[in-house]
This record gives sequence, C-alpha cells and structure tokens, in this order.
Amino acid sequence: MAEQTSAARTRAPRRLPAEGGILLVLLGIALTFELLGWVFVGQSFLLNEQRLVVMVLQVSVIGIIAIGVTQVIITGGIDLSSGSVVALTAMVAASLAQSSDAVRIVYPSLTNLPVVVPVVAGLAVGAVAGLVNGSVIAATAIPPFIATLGAMVTARGLARWYTRGAPISMLTDSYAAIGSGVVPVLIFLATAVVFHVALGYTRYGKYTYAIGANREAARVSGIRIGRHLILVYGIAGTLSGLAGVLTAARAVSGQAGMGTLYELDAIAAAVIGGASLAGGVGRIAGTVIGTLILGVVTSGFTFLRIDAYYQEIVKGGIIVAAVIADQYRRRRRFAGG
Amino acid sequence: MPEARSRIEAPDDLFEVRHLSKTFPGVRALDDVSLRLRRGTVHALVGENGAGKSTLMKIIAGIVAPDTGELLLEGEPLRCRSPREALARGIAMIHQELNLMPFMTVAENIWIRREPLNALRLVRHGELRRRTRTLLERLRMDIDPQAQLRTLPIATRQLVEIARALSHEPKVLIMDEPTSALAEREAEHLFEIIRALTAQGASVFYITHRMEELFAIADDISVLRDGRHIASGRATEFTRDTLIHMMVGRELSGSFPGAPPPRSEPALAARALRRAGEFHDISFDLHVGEILGVAGLIGSGRSALACTLFGLTPPDSGTILIAGRETRIDSPAAAMAHGLALVTEDRKESGCFCGLSVLENLEISVLSSDFVRFGFVRSRAARAACGLMLSELRVKTRGLEEQIENLSGGNQQKVLIGRCLLTRPKVLILDEPTRGVDVGAKAEIHQLIARLAGQGTAVLLISSEMPEILRLSHRVMVMHEGRLTGILDRSEASQVAVMDLAAR
Repeated sequence: MAEQTSAARTRAPRRLPAEGGILLVLLGIALTFELLGWVFVGQSFLLNEQRLVVMVLQVSVIGIIAIGVTQVIITGGIDLSSGSVVALTAMVAASLAQSSDAVRIVYPSLTNLPVVVPVVAGLAVGAVAGLVNGSVIAATAIPPFIATLGAMVTARGLARWYTRGAPISMLTDSYAAIGSGVVPVLIFLATAVVFHVALGYTRYGKYTYAIGANREAARVSGIRIGRHLILVYGIAGTLSGLAGVLTAARAVSGQAGMGTLYELDAIAAAVIGGASLAGGVGRIAGTVIGTLILGVVTSGFTFLRIDAYYQEIVKGGIIVAAVIADQYRRRRRFAGG
Repeated sequence: MPEARSRIEAPDDLFEVRHLSKTFPGVRALDDVSLRLRRGTVHALVGENGAGKSTLMKIIAGIVAPDTGELLLEGEPLRCRSPREALARGIAMIHQELNLMPFMTVAENIWIRREPLNALRLVRHGELRRRTRTLLERLRMDIDPQAQLRTLPIATRQLVEIARALSHEPKVLIMDEPTSALAEREAEHLFEIIRALTAQGASVFYITHRMEELFAIADDISVLRDGRHIASGRATEFTRDTLIHMMVGRELSGSFPGAPPPRSEPALAARALRRAGEFHDISFDLHVGEILGVAGLIGSGRSALACTLFGLTPPDSGTILIAGRETRIDSPAAAMAHGLALVTEDRKESGCFCGLSVLENLEISVLSSDFVRFGFVRSRAARAACGLMLSELRVKTRGLEEQIENLSGGNQQKVLIGRCLLTRPKVLILDEPTRGVDVGAKAEIHQLIARLAGQGTAVLLISSEMPEILRLSHRVMVMHEGRLTGILDRSEASQVAVMDLAAR
C-alpha cells in the first residue's frame, strides 16, 4: 500500500494546459452574453457567423501587438510604445500607398506603388523603433518602462510631424485589400502560430524565458543578455509596425491619432492570458485567448446595445477580475499539488 | 588546552542565554547553547563561518525565534517576537549589512519612527536636528545631521548605524563585525565609544573575525563551533592559538582516496590580478586534473575572484592565462568558449531558473553549441543528454518536466553542476558547491569532484567548509581581506594552518 503511494508520487505530474483556466473565463463571459442575449435581445450571441468574424477582426490588430508585448513581458520588461508606433507606421505606410488621384499627396512622385513598398516600409519603421527601444535598454540599463515611455511620446510626435498633423487619404485598392475581410484575422493567427513555435521550440524562445526567470543566472549561463533584449524589442516593434500597416489599410487612411492606448489593451491581453509582469512566465496561446476576451466583451456590449461609455467603465473591471480569477485558480492548484 | 567549559561565575549577569537550540531545514544552527553576559563588559563571540554566531545574535535581537531555550534580561525571562519588541526592552543590534535609507538624511535615519512631532503630527525638523547634533557630539562623531546618507562614505554610514543603535540607549548592544567597513582610526574611535558605553553599565555582544581586535576590546570570549558552545572565559585565559584550535575542532586527516595527483600542464592561471575593493595582487596556477581549494572567511574576496575569472566582472589590472596563453575574458560567454564553467554560490540568486523545468535549467548553457539546428532546439537529443546527466549525477526528480523549485537543495545543486558539465569544461569553478546540501548529496558531490579531476578537469573549489577543502584539495590557497596569504600543499594544509592564514 505504502509502495503504491510512493510509486504514484514518483510519476511525473500530468500537466493541464496552462491556459485551461483563462479559457474557462472566456467561455464563461461568452455564455453570460449568450444568456443575456436570449433574455434581453431575443437572439443568440454566439450563433452568428458575421458577429464572430467582426469580434475577432476588431481585436486582430491588438492581438498582433500583444504577441510582441508578451515576449517583452516574458523577459521581465514592458513596451509602452506600441500604440504610438502603430500611428507612426500607419502614417509612413499610408504615405507610400496613395493613389495618383489623391487630393493631398505626400510624395507626388511616389504614387500607385506596388503594395509591397508601403508594407515593407511600415515593418521597417516598426523594427527600427523596436531596435532603438532594445538598444537603449541594453546599453543604459534604464528601466524598460521609462525607455519605452519616452519612445511612446517621441513616436507619437514623429507621427504628427510627418505630415504636420494632416491625415493621409486616398490609398490604393491593393493596399486597402490587406485590411479588408478576414485578412487581418488570418495575419493575426499566422503571427500567433509563428511565435508560439518560436517561443516553445527555438533557442530564441528558451533564452527569452531564461532571461525573464533569472537574469543573473542567464548571464552566468553565457547568454548575451543585451543582444537578446535588442532582438526581443525589435520583434515587438516590428509587430507593432505590422499592426500599423493593417490599421491604415482597414481605415484606408493614415492618421496621427491612430493606435491611441493600444499598448494598454495589448498589455491587458498578455496579462489576462497569464503573462507575469515579473518575467519568466507567459504563452502565446494565453495571449490569444486574452485578446479574444477583450473582443468578446466589446462585441457583447455592442450586442446588448449598452452605451459605449458604460463599456469602458465595465471593461476595466473585467480585465482585473479575469486576472484575479486566473491567479486564484493557480494558487489553488499549487497549494493542492 | 582549556577544551572544557570554563565557567564565568559573576554575580552581576545582565543577560543570560539558557539552553538555546534552533534548527533550520537541514541544519542544526544552534545546539543547546548557554551564555552569560556580565554587566558593563564586552563579550566576544568567535567561530568559523556557519558556527551559529549570527543565528544566536538574531535570536537575541528578536529577528529569529528559537526552537527551545530561554533568554533572561536582568533575571527576567525575555520573549521578543520582533526587533521592535527587543529594542523596547533595551536590546539593539548593529547589522553586518547596512540597514539605512540612502535618500534620507542622517537625522531622519537615526530617529525614524521616533521623530519629534508637533500638535499637527508633523515632524519638528529643528528639534530633530538638535537631538541628532547632541547625540553625535556625545559620541564625538563629526557628521552633518543634514547630509543625505548616500553622499557619505561607507565607513561614515557605519558610524551612523552605530549612532542609531546607541540612540535607543540600549542595555545590550549586539555588534556583528562592526569594523569590517572601518579603517584603523575609525575602529579605534569605535572602541572608545564601546568603552564609554560599558563604563555606563551597558554590555556588548561582539562578533569578529579579527584576532588582534578581539584581544584589544573583549573582556570575555565565547567560542562556538557547528552550533555548539565550545568554551567561555575571560579574554586573558585565551591565546590566539588556543582560540584557533577551539574554532576548528578536531584535526581531520587530509587524505581523500578519490583524486589522483594532478599533471603538470597549466589549465588556468592568474598573474597579479586586481579589482579595486575586492581583491589585490592575486597570482596562482591551477593544473590539469588538480583541485585547488580556496579558503578564507566570508568577505575575503574569494567569490569576487571567481566572478572575475569567469568574465562577470572585469579586473582592473593583471592577466588571466588559459592553458598557458594570456586570454582576455570579458563575458561569461567568452569564458565558456575557453572551456571555463562556474557554479555560483547562490543557487536562488544566480543559479536556478525558478518556474522553469529541470530540462530547461539543464540545457540552457549548451543551446549556443549543441542541440540546436537552424535556431530550433533538437529536443530529442537535448532530452536524451539531459536525462543521461540526471542519472549520472543521481538527481532525485520525477522527471525532466519537474519544476526546479520542487527539488531539494542538494538535487538543485546537482542540476546546476550538470548544467556546467554539459559544456564539457576544462576548468570548473565551484563556489560553495555543498552549501545547504544534505549529507548524502554532499558526499556524492565530493565523489563527483574527485572523479572529474581524475578525468583531467581542473577544479577551483571555493568553500567555507574546512573539512571539505582539506579532504578534496591537492593544494589550498588562502585569502584574507582580498589578499592571498598563502598557498599550502596538501601535506602542510591543516585546519590550524589554514585558519592561521585566514584570520590574521
């Protein structure tokens, strides 16, 4: 009998998927809206293909940013510049995507360019922003919060300065096509798959977790921390650039006010999805679910025809409640373990 | 040799410790210790690292609770559950590490929680300054009460810490190596303060590693070893030699069958290595297959030396030679590329990746060389090699997926050594490899070190445990306050000889 017990103990514990709890939260919120839908609106919330597509579509851009932010958070850092980088890249991409019949043309000699030009330009600007963030953090060892706070203000300023505040409109059809239909959703999901694999199965991923789990031990293990952080922030910046390209395409214009507060939604999605601001913990699957929670909440309120003012008030509470619920579940699992 | 306890029989005991015991997980820190502190005297506590001195003082100061035993202050039982309660009863402690707030002034630091307040409960800064000035004048300390603490040199901060403790007018003052940051003149000043204090009837518990200091200031001396009380007596009853013998205990035979004699090829060498404030003029040679023990008291610069050898901190001057060639090591990655590996002294601080699995903790150091193709981790190969390492080191774990923090200290240590061994190092630097490790795992780690040396690995073994150093090392290098005080061959290395070099 005693032997049996010890044999059972020596067996490796079966790991539940780490996202189990937050997935339940997502389902719980969705089912609540389903129930409220039948009671107050008289129709189903979930059994509506169009609504489901819009639900994911409206958070795809946030989701893409959140995938980059998750990696930064895993290293124990934070990126506050994402929203402003979205605006800057949207402006740059839009300026290179104008059609020749536009009214105010930023570069009169550069119209009707192939779609690849604005896309690559947008990604490049995002990458540079991220690399600057990473380099400043690696070289000066100032807190990432401060470094990216500065980048947030500067990038927003650059976005306004770029056209002296004027919006950029009349973009080519081929560019607008990137943002139409389910394309952003597909890009979001593809990005998620790529970085899920990168974090789980590559050296890049192992180093990212190691730096977040114990920076000093990572250094002693021979990891060049500065170099790796530059890469992680560079990736986050590039993904913000991608989000900016999509934002401009969806709106068929570029405006300096785009992406305002996106960085906070992205951080919320990552943290709801289980990423720990202390570093070392976080998964892309969790972040995707966290993003979907934000999408369901927004759609649900619209569906129930609740005033947009109330939406924001309640959304803040839901973000905090989701994280509390998840933490409570984890603590119980460890205590019981 | 006064090995037996010589009793102090004085009617005027201010403080008494009776049958105190304390066990930490895996360690018996104090075992039935009894002491008496006479009124108006300085009572010095001596012993090796880990002898239990600091634990005893922390219990008296209310920081740590004892398992059994009791404390008596002026004959009254004393039960303090916090340093605050202890202070209220007149027991103050000056810590080895400074506990001051760098961005507050000297005056604010000294009177924190006891600031003079006006009717509106606001701090009366004028009165605060006046009180501080009076206190500092009485102690003849020339310090500006308004200076921000971080602008003061370390020695002055130490004096502020002392002033703060004295501002409580303690009956019992505990000092844990108070002179470690002080120059000779400041130390002399401190002794004057202590003498003035004892003349007023207060008593002092005084921990130190400096022998000459001991005989200059102590009235009574007690020796602790492995958590046990070895002897107490008047300072005049002891000599330097008898004290060292009591501190180290019985002589151990220096032979260890495991490690064959080293070869003559050089593996790692240092020439006049210096890093300001940490170590000076360090030169040594470590040969292939040799275990070179590094002995010294805590703070003697041993770990700092290891950090510099491994590229974690740059030296100010001097050279490092690997396999006889002068080599620049400016990062751990560079050190590893040259065949060095380091197991650091602090498992939690710079060893384990908590929250990650045993596998992830093991494989991390070889992802730059093995197990990776086109950036992707070849997880089957990595698992196989790590699994093999676990069984070779006989790590007790439920599997590679187990989180590292669920392992015992000994098994965590084995995983960290395994992490280094996966890089197939030519030179292995081990800093306190068996600290906080149970007896069984300790013996296994010892055998492993001997086996590695036998296979040609050069080992630099830093340890505060004298028996460990003496059993394993071919030669023992002793450091004291950042300087190399001697390198002893196995034949001449004994506990007394090493202690003699370590505690000047």
